Amino acid sequence: MSQTNITLRYFAWMREHTGADAETIDLPDGVTSVGDLLPLLRDRSAGHALALSNMRTVRVAVNRAYGDLDTPVSAGDEVAFFPPVTGG
Amino acid sequence: MSVRVQTEDFDVGVESRALQADSVGGIALFVGTVRGLSSDNGVTAMTLEHYPGMTEGELERIEADAMDRWPLERVTIIHRVGRLLAGEQIVLVATASAHRQAAFDAAQFIMDFLKTDAPFWKAEERDGKTSWVEARDSDTAARDKWHDDSASPSRSGSGD
Repeated sequence: MSQTNITLRYFAWMREHTGADAETIDLPDGVTSVGDLLPLLRDRSAGHALALSNMRTVRVAVNRAYGDLDTPVSAGDEVAFFPPVTGG
Repeated sequence: MSVRVQTEDFDVGVESRALQADSVGGIALFVGTVRGLSSDNGVTAMTLEHYPGMTEGELERIEADAMDRWPLERVTIIHRVGRLLAGEQIVLVATASAHRQAAFDAAQFIMDFLKTDAPFWKAEERDGKTSWVEARDSDTAARDKWHDDSASPSRSGSGD
């Protein structure tokens, strides 16, 4: 059986809004990029919708490398959403 | 190459001595600390969150970029996570080279990219309330200066 899931990760205030640091969903047909995922994720809860409402304040990583809304996603990937970083 | 993400504190003297080698003529050390109550922001503590796996990968990439760009002998990057009180050490960047200019410039380069690319987030405690620190445009501007051709963002980069 090939994998059909993708793992979602949220950090900092996005994690607080979504109420989860990680969740796994079935990758629906027709979803081929990070941007394709957004409507589905926003439907998961009001907190998700709030966290993902302004993508200018959100950075994206696919499999732990920076990406953007056009980055391809496929089954088995880990897709992370987080605010601009503030370390150092 | 050495990248560490840890909750424990670090000893700058130990880390500096660990970079010493026959070929090394200078070690530049940058230590970032938690600004405290007496500064304008009134922070008593902060909690640092990160993205395990990606964080180390980004720091290693930044370190490798610095080693490609300057003749460095050794580099150490240590970043702490978890709850830190005002005055505590957060980050160490140490660069060892035969000559000082490479060590100074590479340390600044690493910090500038760490601030904008390494996935850490700070939540500050102030008057008993916790709030997420907002990213600053000035940090992005500091990083982007390195995309120019010059070896250094702040000087003409004429070496020793």
